[in-house]
This record gives sequence, structure tokens and C-alpha cells, in this order.
Amino acid sequence: MAEATIQDEERAIEEEFALFDEWRDKIDYVMDLGRNLKPFPAASRTEANKVHGCQSQVWMVAHVDPRTGRLHLDADSDAILVKGLIGLLMRLYDDRPPAEIVATPPTVFDRVGLGRHLTPGRANGLHAMIRRVRELAAAQA
Amino acid sequence: MPLGSRNGYDVEAIRQDFPILATTMHGRPLVYLDNAGSTQKPKAVIDELSRFYSNDYANIHRGVYDLSMRASEAHEAARRTVQRFINAVDSREVIFTRNGTEGMNLVAQSYVRPRAKPGDKVVVSRMEHHANIVPWQILGQQVGLELVVVEITEAGELDLDDLERKIDDRTLLVSLPWVSNVLGTVNPVERLVEMAHAKGVPLLLDACQAVQHLPVDVQAVGCDFLVFSGHKVYGPSGIGILWGKAELLDAMPPYQGGGDMIASVSFDGTTFNELPYKFEAGTPFIEGAAALAKAIDYVTALGLDAIHAHEDELLAYGTRALKQIKGLRLIGEAPHKSSVLSFVMEGIHPHDIGTLVDLDGVAIRTGHHCAQPLIEHLGLPATARASLGLYNTTHDLDALVVSLQRVVDKLG
Repeated sequence: MAEATIQDEERAIEEEFALFDEWRDKIDYVMDLGRNLKPFPAASRTEANKVHGCQSQVWMVAHVDPRTGRLHLDADSDAILVKGLIGLLMRLYDDRPPAEIVATPPTVFDRVGLGRHLTPGRANGLHAMIRRVRELAAAQA
Repeated sequence: MPLGSRNGYDVEAIRQDFPILATTMHGRPLVYLDNAGSTQKPKAVIDELSRFYSNDYANIHRGVYDLSMRASEAHEAARRTVQRFINAVDSREVIFTRNGTEGMNLVAQSYVRPRAKPGDKVVVSRMEHHANIVPWQILGQQVGLELVVVEITEAGELDLDDLERKIDDRTLLVSLPWVSNVLGTVNPVERLVEMAHAKGVPLLLDACQAVQHLPVDVQAVGCDFLVFSGHKVYGPSGIGILWGKAELLDAMPPYQGGGDMIASVSFDGTTFNELPYKFEAGTPFIEGAAALAKAIDYVTALGLDAIHAHEDELLAYGTRALKQIKGLRLIGEAPHKSSVLSFVMEGIHPHDIGTLVDLDGVAIRTGHHCAQPLIEHLGLPATARASLGLYNTTHDLDALVVSLQRVVDKLG
């Protein structure tokens, strides 16, 4: 079976969110994802790895594996909601070829009503995180 | 008797004047507790914007035609309303700006900069909003100005001994907040003026968190400059006030160049290139000034003393109620406080608190409140902040508490 693409993953996320009518339930779901985000090494919570956002702290480590040529992404936040958003972002971009990342800007956040969390400059650093991942991917693609 | 209906202060009737308070957020009645961020507008302000556009709008100081003169008169009448509001000696001392921040930048560039030699100082405090930090840092880059920071005590009050030590013969200006936007601390402004003036240094007061909560009288206080923003005193956003003593403002060079601030032929007798116009380059927020005047009329009619008393009772009520919540810690417990309840909750990030209470219709602010140095000093990543306005009620605080209790149940 062919590997799921970023677009496949976006469709899957959209279907998951379609189960919820209420904004409250969507937020609950994102927070659940946040609680289950894979552990981030404490040693990587450094100033250099910080992605600056207004409301919460976000740390991110991303690198391209020279053997496989794929981009690996690890991130964390001290706010559970943001961890959930990170979880969604990792489903899209972790362990992907840089060229696919560059070719596929994220659209699912808007489609499931989380687009307002991407407002540049204010909300939570997710916007900055996406930019950083995509820049790194572009440099490698 | 419910809070707020005493002494003729009928908060339920007041709420009827604010259309937005009847709206909902996520299907719940809006509980608006971000008044330190911005305040909602009474109908008198909303209607004035519409009325002004419908009846009186033209550019000011430009035309000989009746409409332009009417608009100009309205603008000057608004200036006099502000003058009375803060008890300034002369309306020429009242400069319309875009916001409090612009007032700070104007004083930085037109008062401090022409005087500053490398190593000269401006004294601020640990509890500053970024608007009272960054303009001075820019002067640091431009002319080598040094920014001196006065510490705060454990309780969140200004350390007056430290202030005494830090004002010296290189100090060009002391610039301090009347009320802290994060801690709610009300600073002893008369004492601050005394201390600065004893060393021959002028004092700027950031009154952005003061004018909507307590009576402000610049002559009684004796400060030299004062700034505030319209949107925090129930007026439009995009208009602010810089007040300064005429002799200081007169001696200052213009801040920005453009129309209306230069010497020019005048048909309508307006004096150009003098106070206040030399600081008001370009077409100002004409209708905003008129609407700000309506906002000032509104709070003046209620009475700042009455508003203050109402908000103080709410603050005491909210303080008691929040302390009942497990794991909640109030940030800023100065004996003399105004309208601000900053807090953190054990093991729960303020961003998550803000997101969850929003679902219950409760609007609070979370983050660093544009006071990063203070938040870092307190050893916190951020705080949550509920801040009160003249239309808030004990019901609003009860709704906040219920919602926070749910947050604890979910994430605590």
C-alpha cells in the first residue's frame, strides 16, 4: 500500500473533526491530542529551540535525516492546547520528504476551524512553527 | 441589596447602555473581563461616531465652509472635554495622539531626545508595559540613553527607596505607571512627583489603567506629562491623549511633520505651529475625538468616585472568590489595588485557562500582557488576568469562578 501523503493525513484529520458539532468538543479533542503528544526531551527545552509566540512557550527541533532524506520533527509546549496543535502539525509534517512539505502548505487548520490559531504574531507560535518547518524543508528540498 | 445598586449606582441599568454586553460567545452570555485590555463602548459613543459621519463630518482646520468649521469646533470641544476631565490648566496642553503608546514615543523623541547625551537616563520600573520600555530603548540606540529600572517589592509595590537611589543628576525623566496593568497596583503618584521634583526631574505618568478607574487631576498630582488611550476609557480605539505642562510642550520640537502642524495661510483663524497643533501632523481621528468626548461625558456623569467604589467592591469580592479555587494563586496583592485580578493555577497553563473559559463565554486575557520583564521577574511564563470595568457585576465574577472550577476539574 502506498504511503499516506500529507493530503491524505489532512483528509483524515478533517474527517475526525467532522464528528464534532460544537467548538467545545473540537477544543477537547485538540487537548486530548496534546495530552498524548510523544514526550519531548527536557534537554531540548532550550532558548535556541524556542519558537516565539505570545501566549505559551513552544520548543521545536527539526532535522533532515541524511540517510533517509526525510524531515523529522519534535516539538513541545507548556500549554496543552498548543501541544494538541503541535500533534496535528506533526501528523502532517513529521517523517516526510522535504519536497512534499514544500509542495503542501497546511490547509486543514482552516478547514476544521482552527485557522484562527494561526494568526501571525499573536496567538501561540504555531504560525511561526509552520514557517520554520517549511523553511527548513525548503532548504533541503 | 445586590452590589452596585447602592448610592444610585445602578449597574443593571448601566449594562443596558452597552449593546455588546447583551451578546453571546459560544452560545453563552458574554462575560467580559478584559477591561484592562480594552473597554466596551456605550451607545452614546457608538451613536456619536455614526451621528458625526452623518451630520458633522469634514476635514478640520481646512475649510471656511460651515461644515468644516463645525467639525473643527467639535474637535476643539472634545479637547476641552479632555482638559476638564483631567483638570488641565489649558486645552492647549491636550494633544490628540493615536494611543497612549504614541504619547510615550512623542515625549521620548521631542522631550528627551533633544536633551540626551550618552549616559543620560530615563527611570522606569519593573512593572512597566512595553510602551514605557521600548521608546526609551530606541533612544538608547539613537543617542546612548540609559534605561534605569526601579525594582518592586514582594507585594508588587514600587520600591520607593530604590527609586530615591536611582534618580540622579543624569536623569532626564522619570516615567512610571499610575496603575500597573498586570498587578493592579495603584502607585502613590503624589509621592512619586515629590521625589522626582526634589531632584529637579520631570515625571511622566502612564495613566492608561487609571483614567477609567479613578479621578485624575493633573494639577493636584503635579506631574509633568500624562498619557492615556481612549479605548480603555470606553471611547474609540485609535485615539489617545498626551497631556503636558505648556511650558514643557512649548519648548519641544514637533514630533512628526505634515499638514496642520506647519505655519500656513489660514482662513479660519486657527493658529498653526503652536500648541497643540504642532504635535498633530496630518488629519487626525476627528470623529474619534468627538466620540471620546462622549465617553468622557459618560463616565463623568456616572462619577469616577462612584465607578471607583463599585469596582473596588467587585475587586474585593473577586479576590475572595478566586482564593477559594484550589491551586489558584493571585499575582499582585498590593494593599492599594485597582480592578485587576491576575492569577496562575497550579499545573495549568494560562493559555489553556483562557481557551477553556472562553467556551463558557468568559473573556479574560492570558499571556504576558505586554509586560514581559515583569512576568519574567515573577518567574512565570504568563498569567491569566480578569480585569474589571464599570459595567461588571458579581454575576460576572461568579461565572468566572464557576468556569475556573471546571478548568480545575478538567486539567487540575
